[in-house]
Amino acid sequence: MSSPATSTAHAGRKATAPAPRSGSRPKRHYGTHIFLTVMAVMWLIPLGWSVFTALRPVASTNEHGYFSLAGAFNFDNFIQAWTQGGFATYFWNSVIITVPAVLVTLFLASLMAFAVSRVNWKFNITLLIMFTAGNLLPPQVLAAPLFEMAKHFEVPYSFSDSGNMLNTYIIVIAVNTAFQMGFCTFVLSNYMKALSADLTEAALVDGAGIWRQYREIILPLCRPAFAALGTLQVIFIYNDYFWPLLFIQSGNRLPITTAINNLQGQFLNNYNLLAAGAVITVIPTLVIYLLLQRQFVAGLTLGSSKG
Amino acid sequence: MSSTARELIPPESREPEGAPGRTGRAKGGRVRRLSGRDKLVLSLMVGIPTLIELTLVWLPMLMSVGLSFTRWNGLDLGDIRPAGLDNYQFISQDYPPFWPAVQHNMLWLLFLALIATPLGLLLAVLLDQNIRGSKIYQSIFFAPVMLSLALIGIIWQLFYQRDNGLLNFLLGTAGTPQAVDWFGDSSVNIWAAMIAATWRHAGYVMLLYLAGLKGVDPSLKEAAAIDGANGYQTFFRVVFPAMRPINIVIVVITIIESLRAFDVVYVINRGTNGLEMLSALVIQNLVGEGQVIGVGSALAVVLLVISLVPIVFYLSRTFGKENKA
Repeated sequence: MSSPATSTAHAGRKATAPAPRSGSRPKRHYGTHIFLTVMAVMWLIPLGWSVFTALRPVASTNEHGYFSLAGAFNFDNFIQAWTQGGFATYFWNSVIITVPAVLVTLFLASLMAFAVSRVNWKFNITLLIMFTAGNLLPPQVLAAPLFEMAKHFEVPYSFSDSGNMLNTYIIVIAVNTAFQMGFCTFVLSNYMKALSADLTEAALVDGAGIWRQYREIILPLCRPAFAALGTLQVIFIYNDYFWPLLFIQSGNRLPITTAINNLQGQFLNNYNLLAAGAVITVIPTLVIYLLLQRQFVAGLTLGSSKG
Repeated sequence: MSSTARELIPPESREPEGAPGRTGRAKGGRVRRLSGRDKLVLSLMVGIPTLIELTLVWLPMLMSVGLSFTRWNGLDLGDIRPAGLDNYQFISQDYPPFWPAVQHNMLWLLFLALIATPLGLLLAVLLDQNIRGSKIYQSIFFAPVMLSLALIGIIWQLFYQRDNGLLNFLLGTAGTPQAVDWFGDSSVNIWAAMIAATWRHAGYVMLLYLAGLKGVDPSLKEAAAIDGANGYQTFFRVVFPAMRPINIVIVVITIIESLRAFDVVYVINRGTNGLEMLSALVIQNLVGEGQVIGVGSALAVVLLVISLVPIVFYLSRTFGKENKA
């Protein structure tokens, strides 16, 4: 686990005892810097080009072409995508799917992780393997049966206008939850296993039941893991393209990640608007990245720290 | 659940002092039997997530296998007819996109394994040195990891377009007959798509290796240096083998990402015209008119069997030790 403590300790060791070969002065890094700068520029070009295109009104690209700095720069494309392109709706749909899915996933995963890591019983490892394996499957393997299950699961029309579970947010949330639960259970159970057994011992002496051990002792201690996993899951589910594509049929119910593809057909050859749509879609993830970078990185490395 | 609930013994209760043990499993200690309420709570804690996982992941997986041996148009459950191995025979002999898709999946895997993953490792090794601006470089290389593969398809579409894309402008061919439609031309689009995927994959690999490199004991490097090893020898003979757990994760991620390469090709052209992928073929057979569930499921089973290789490898590495203990 790449906690800040280990990285500072590592840096400190380097400062006090420089390796004889690498040298203490960063003088031999010119080549490295040139290489990294070239790579970094190449890395920024695709995103930079989208932002550049999005900021230029169609009128000025029509007049001066796409490869020109001439003409106006403004936010007209963003406003148009937000209002006429339906991005306000798509964005709200993303919120409706992402927030419940992340909360339910973390809650269920924490229950499961508690049961398999803090209580000793026969099927611990079997269940944990089952959960972890489920998360590694390509989603397309499950697509046909899940689609048919949703289609043949009849519900009143007052609940869903399709008369079944297709075209509902519930099925997208449920499948996302089931799919992400495996990974979260795996990470949380490793985290809980690392907590000392003494912690629940005292509670046990006091006669605290399983639920109180979970709720009052283990759960508060897992806050850092929840922060990391929560950030990661928000990004994962917000970025999910496939499940809404499979289940949602009305265009105005699609979340933003799946809907952006429709924009390609809707505004044929208006690349400025498409670029604005792409940039709008990036903004929430970029905000999360800037605010919660440490949590996100911790979440990604948590899952891989134990091999 | 009720029979298994009896096995639930909290590790906390295995303390040495107290009344003589009543179960054979406890090592000479008092075992506090779980109360009825605790059993109920634990059953629910395990039961609800397990039920969801079984219904929405494992049952569909088994149904995919089952449906691959049937003929069905997806409408009426009563119309499902057994078809033996017909679907498998069809996809391997009479379904033109199947073998290109298998080849593209292999190519995608090789590209990620031989280009994207080593590039990520190289970036991590360079950035792990104490160089100025390391954090800024890291943020830049890592940024695409935050984006969905679908969005990456769109962003690169803007870059790759024939007449108004930046790439052809930089090559000086934009607007001329020599201009290449990078995502549209079936002879190059798989390469263009793999480069777009590399943009994301390399950043991910870099991040994991940066964490791995921080975990390598610096005294190992120092010892190697004292023994007269040069930089390359130190890295390939000492540091890289010491990152074994991360290496396993990277191998698995690379294989699984190549099998999941769905979003990016589906956004570009739904996985046709040079971009056939197994995962996209599955979906092509399930949605739209003329649903052929049996054929789609047979393709899904091929995908499943291939993905079981890295999954079993990873699980045996991860849980093997615990099972023996």
